[in-house]
Amino acid sequence: MPQAARALLAGLVVVGLGIFIASLRINPYLYFAGYVILQYIVIATAWNILGGYAGYVNFGTPAFFAMGAYTAVFLIQTMRPPLPVLILAGGLVSALLGLAIGYLTLRLRGTFFSIATLALSIVLQTMIINWEFVGGSRGLSVIRPSGPPFGNYVTFLFTVMVLLAVVAVTAARFIERSWVGRGLAALRDNEEAAECMGVPTLRLKLFATTVSGFLLGVAGAPFPYYVTFVEPNSAFSLDYAVNALAMPMIGGTTSWVGPVIGAVLLGSAQQLATVTISSEMNLFIVGVVLVAFVVAAPEGILGLVRRLRGR
Amino acid sequence: MFPWDLLANALVAGLLLGGVYAAVSLGVSIIFGLLDIANIAQPAFLILGAYAVYVVNTGFGVDPILAGLLFTPVFYLLGAAVYRVYYGSFERRGEEALRGLVFFFGLLFIIEVSLSIKFGVDYRLVQAGYLGKSFEIGGIGIAYRLLVPCLVGLAMTLALHLFLGRSFYGRAIMAVSQDRLALRLMGADPVHIKTVAFGIGIAAASLAGALIITITPVIPSSDRDYIGRMFAITVLGGMGSIGGTLVAAIILGVVESLMSTFFGPSWSQAVSFGILLTALAVRPSGLFGR
Amino acid sequence: MATPLLEVRGVVKRFGGFTALNNISLDVKPGERFGLIGPNGSGKTTLINCISGALAADGGRILFEGSDIGALPPHRRTRLGIVRSFQIPKPFTSMTVLENLHIPLEYAAHGRSAGAAADAGEILRAIGLEAKAHQRPAGLTQIEMRKLELARALAARPKLLISDEAMAGLSTTEVDDILAILFRLSEQGITIIMIEHIMRAVMRFSERIVVLDAGERIAEGTPDEIVRNQAVEKAYLGE
Repeated sequence: MPQAARALLAGLVVVGLGIFIASLRINPYLYFAGYVILQYIVIATAWNILGGYAGYVNFGTPAFFAMGAYTAVFLIQTMRPPLPVLILAGGLVSALLGLAIGYLTLRLRGTFFSIATLALSIVLQTMIINWEFVGGSRGLSVIRPSGPPFGNYVTFLFTVMVLLAVVAVTAARFIERSWVGRGLAALRDNEEAAECMGVPTLRLKLFATTVSGFLLGVAGAPFPYYVTFVEPNSAFSLDYAVNALAMPMIGGTTSWVGPVIGAVLLGSAQQLATVTISSEMNLFIVGVVLVAFVVAAPEGILGLVRRLRGR
Repeated sequence: MFPWDLLANALVAGLLLGGVYAAVSLGVSIIFGLLDIANIAQPAFLILGAYAVYVVNTGFGVDPILAGLLFTPVFYLLGAAVYRVYYGSFERRGEEALRGLVFFFGLLFIIEVSLSIKFGVDYRLVQAGYLGKSFEIGGIGIAYRLLVPCLVGLAMTLALHLFLGRSFYGRAIMAVSQDRLALRLMGADPVHIKTVAFGIGIAAASLAGALIITITPVIPSSDRDYIGRMFAITVLGGMGSIGGTLVAAIILGVVESLMSTFFGPSWSQAVSFGILLTALAVRPSGLFGR
Repeated sequence: MATPLLEVRGVVKRFGGFTALNNISLDVKPGERFGLIGPNGSGKTTLINCISGALAADGGRILFEGSDIGALPPHRRTRLGIVRSFQIPKPFTSMTVLENLHIPLEYAAHGRSAGAAADAGEILRAIGLEAKAHQRPAGLTQIEMRKLELARALAARPKLLISDEAMAGLSTTEVDDILAILFRLSEQGITIIMIEHIMRAVMRFSERIVVLDAGERIAEGTPDEIVRNQAVEKAYLGE
């Protein structure tokens, strides 16, 4: 069976599994936790398309995620479109944001891009805080739409996130194995040489920032319905910034598998940890693990596995 | 009736703030501007310095700026240690781009969260005799709370400028930023020089932290307020030019102060970010860049 | 007379107050073996960077096959057929030798070559690297890295190949090895600009040579003429 058909089948199987799990009447907390982990699969995969494949580090993940969330909030407050529209809109707005930041800074060195993304979250958060229509600093309550197609709304969102995770991972895998992915790898390895070998580096970089932004916005769009109360501190949470980095770094940045491994491992660990230790201690540990990995095992778990197999 | 007095006060406050912002950005000027190391953890060291001063000020009543000075050797050593780890793990292997950045982000994160765990999220401030007093010149109020840190900041800037221009280590640092081979031929070890430079950069950050907490209360996440400012000033000033840093800092201080007075304080982040993006787009070498 | 393949007209390049290239003009004929020499710091690599597009010239024009390419970014120039190798090899470290060649085959030569896989193998055989096809660059020796640079440049299907000090630091036999490859390429019709410090290689290879010194063009001629040129001797050996 050809590659693409196999991938599609695998994706369908996973979605089917998700729907099955959603239909079971297990502990509702598991669906909440599952949603968060799946959301991180999307976030980590999105980050890795720019960070791992192209080598450009985005520290402003909260900005893109929150723009997806707040685009959804804005639309919910005005037109109440169905969820798919919210998701697409959130993705598009964040994609444009990625394109804009990329266009302004990617002609220069990668460091400037990274610094700009670091400042971006803070600026955007300040602007949202001052925008009363979407709740400002006090936040906004959002009412879930009535009658989800099946189950209750949380299990429905869980299934939606399964679908989004499959889409994100499939997109990443497709990019990775295509000529675009090879070009991104070349520019990551040596941008000057890539450019001189005919790779249109600026265009590929902009492609990566736009796709990455799109997927991050897509991850953020269902957020208002998930939490039902949206406020800037949680939408722009530092959790997203550090996890978007840590998960691919721990899992391995060169392939689509790495972010998935990192998201599942680190995400699950954090879900378990929040019931035992404070959220700040949790963040502290993530930070330490991140630094430990980047210093000692920069190729992540995938890299370690590869080395054990002797390749 | 145009509020001239409001404008005058805003301008003066902006100028004073500029002096402090210059001190805040000295570290990045050296580390990023001259050594070309994207140390995005710098704002965290700034706030760490502020908290160190807070502890000593609240515990022993030491004047904040004096405390800051006392802590500089400690932070110098800390900076030197951080650079050694950075060098050994990344620079030597030529992987500083992606992983070095992530390393510093990890540091930024760890420092901020640690402060949060230790001190919680209440605002902390310092006490000193002269805070709260002010005087007037021609109808414009000047608070000692702003004036003293500004003067210290200007002194720091001048000291660093002289150091880079006149002393052996200072000139070696300038040399290493331009030509590593020439430095080697001079008989100096680039790694050692960079260690010294990085240490000075972190020490400068900690002393600037003392200035910051004198002006305004701080919380662990205050570091985020300074990311934009530090890099906007460094880029606008010309990546390593100390004089440029001062000019850029004053420009930023004045613009921020004016925006804050007339449009509200929440715009300050947008100001520094806007300046950063504009500088990058229009003239990445900055006003005084090489 | 046939149109020159490459025309450099009065190119100027400054770095701050320092003029690296001062009004440099030269022509390279199609199929020619062209040598570019000069002491260190004379501006050879700067000129190459201006031709390849890595740097934007501050003055003058550069024409390729009659058209001004000044506005084109490097990757477009490569697609037109201007390909350079790097003095210090810059391989794609995460890929095998074979995969390194796929990049220029896919991006630069796209449309101008038949089948990527077959071509890559052919090129490696021609260069003598087929045994290392599935190795990462990290495991290659010096000369193998240089050969990879050349192989990669070849994979971009150049009309004009600029070889920037491909032989620096190699042994005599290794230099002859690279020289033989370059001669073979010239026979296939590729125009080659060779920048080298190894005089016997340049003298044997070039049909015409231009000499730069401190950003100025101080001599042009056949190898024999250059060897006897006083200005050239002064530039290299001093007064």
